Amino acid sequence: MSASAMTAKRSLEPGAVSSWWSRNQRKVIPYIYLSPFLIAFLIFTVYPAGASFFLSFQRVRGFISPEEGGGVVLEYQGLKNYERLLTKDKRFRTALINGAEFAAGTVLIQMPLALGVALLMNAPHVRFKTLARLAFFAPYITSAIVVAWIFTLIFDQRYGLLNAVLDRLGMGAVGWLTDKTFVMPALIILGLWTWVGYNSLFFLAGLQNVPEDLKEAARIDGAGTLRVFWHITIPFLRPVFVFVIITGLIGSFSLFTQPYLLFDSGSGPQDSALFPLMYLFFMGFENFRMGYASAMGFILTVIILMITGLQLLLFRLWKV
Amino acid sequence: MLKRKRGGTMDSGRINLMFMNTVVLVGVLVSAIPFIYMITASFRHQGELYSLPVTIMPREWTGHNYEKLFGDTKFVIWYGNTIFTAGIRTVLGVYFAALAGAAFAKYDFRFKRLCFFIVLATLTLPFHVILIPLFLLMRDFGWIDTYWAVIVPGIVGAFNIFLMRQYIEAVPDELMDAARIDGASEFGIFHRIIIPLVRPALGVVAILTFVNTWNDFLWPLVVLHDDAKYLLSIGIGTMDGPYDVEIGAIMAASFLSTLPILIIFVLMQRQIIAGLTQGAIRG
Repeated sequence: MSASAMTAKRSLEPGAVSSWWSRNQRKVIPYIYLSPFLIAFLIFTVYPAGASFFLSFQRVRGFISPEEGGGVVLEYQGLKNYERLLTKDKRFRTALINGAEFAAGTVLIQMPLALGVALLMNAPHVRFKTLARLAFFAPYITSAIVVAWIFTLIFDQRYGLLNAVLDRLGMGAVGWLTDKTFVMPALIILGLWTWVGYNSLFFLAGLQNVPEDLKEAARIDGAGTLRVFWHITIPFLRPVFVFVIITGLIGSFSLFTQPYLLFDSGSGPQDSALFPLMYLFFMGFENFRMGYASAMGFILTVIILMITGLQLLLFRLWKV
Repeated sequence: MLKRKRGGTMDSGRINLMFMNTVVLVGVLVSAIPFIYMITASFRHQGELYSLPVTIMPREWTGHNYEKLFGDTKFVIWYGNTIFTAGIRTVLGVYFAALAGAAFAKYDFRFKRLCFFIVLATLTLPFHVILIPLFLLMRDFGWIDTYWAVIVPGIVGAFNIFLMRQYIEAVPDELMDAARIDGASEFGIFHRIIIPLVRPALGVVAILTFVNTWNDFLWPLVVLHDDAKYLLSIGIGTMDGPYDVEIGAIMAASFLSTLPILIIFVLMQRQIIAGLTQGAIRG
């Protein structure tokens, strides 16, 4: 149908609804477009978040089967869950410390490495770039389960690849998954393998965004490579730093799949691989202490939001 | 690109370049070896894998692990389940994300800022807080052990909306206005102008959604309990338990489940990386 025929047809049928629609279409349509997101957001985020807040003051005493209407039998507890988590629960503290250690490893080792890789990939004349991009990104898109299984082989004390390499270098075998002092280093190594390449892609994208003429101008003004890097490149990478650090921190506290599998659905020797989300899972789904686990979820969220806020603040200060 | 250096460059520059190339190659090797080890381990006998000296290549190749994997486990069923759920979730997820992205990119409406703030907020909200009530909700819906529980809750990803918004912003307004003058409805504009113009972006969002669903572990573990309903991630994650299979068979399963993802990535790496890094560099 040609365009003029269509407009003609519309003016011939001035039905109340259709003329209202044609006048207000553009105002209403964005809400229609957003409705799947907003409905899903209300049902699967707002409601659960509210329920979680409510649950965090309760104790679960039993379950009602879905045939009988579903739901849980609760008992009000006041602040008891929070109180116990913050003052008495040593395992929760261990989980938080482990999360912080892993985060520190992530930020302090992974970020410089990723930046280094990105600088290499951005340098002119360096070869194998396409291959490298592929190789560095592959670990990230591989399922955490597969990664964990591969690393159970690599970290094996007697027959593992890593200890075989160390042996060649004249070092003794290490109990990566059995000795509590080496559990965190092992997890950090696994983290490096998984995320350095991924994070380097963000730095690379950032580097390619640094205006070349700005660097050129600085060089003409007599600034050396290091000064150009420090005063021009690094400030331009600011958003990338923010992104990498924040996602790294959230990821550290949410680490679950890799340790869960590496330590046979457990938390490692003497809880050395116990992470916050894992502890929440154990409490909620193995001990069925769902109120307690919900309180834990809230404390974790507050911690993560606080760290994120602090980061954003620090980076804002840096800009000035 | 490689031949651009002239014959008479400085020696230090050349050594530097050689050093950098070596570092890149070492990096590639470090990244690749675990994958290679996974593949070779899947063709080995258990006894050989647990014997000294440790080697990367098998001394004797065997298809035994694959026989076990296909014969003794529900691997094929899990594979089908995963393709099915990831496929549906991807198609719906991309469509809904594009709709929402179009709303933000191309329309002015009263609660736009609030709605966009909600999108950003869900992007930063840790999954921890809602894990347990969301599970209870699934239970009340009767969705435990159904794919509804895997497909529906996260169907409209905030990151995807964010990406789609960025891409749809580039669609020229004049084109949309011209279509309006020609009497096209807003839905018509979405389907006949916006969608065809942002097809590459749809591809990126589709792949990211597909890969995420393919790899997700914790949530399927919480809502799927019947091993005939398992997805690959939980199936492979628990394979050592009920099936008592050897690590070689697990490596075979790992290899076969990673293969499609790697192939997709090899084919589309440029687009995927561009899509992923979009948000971060703009801050």
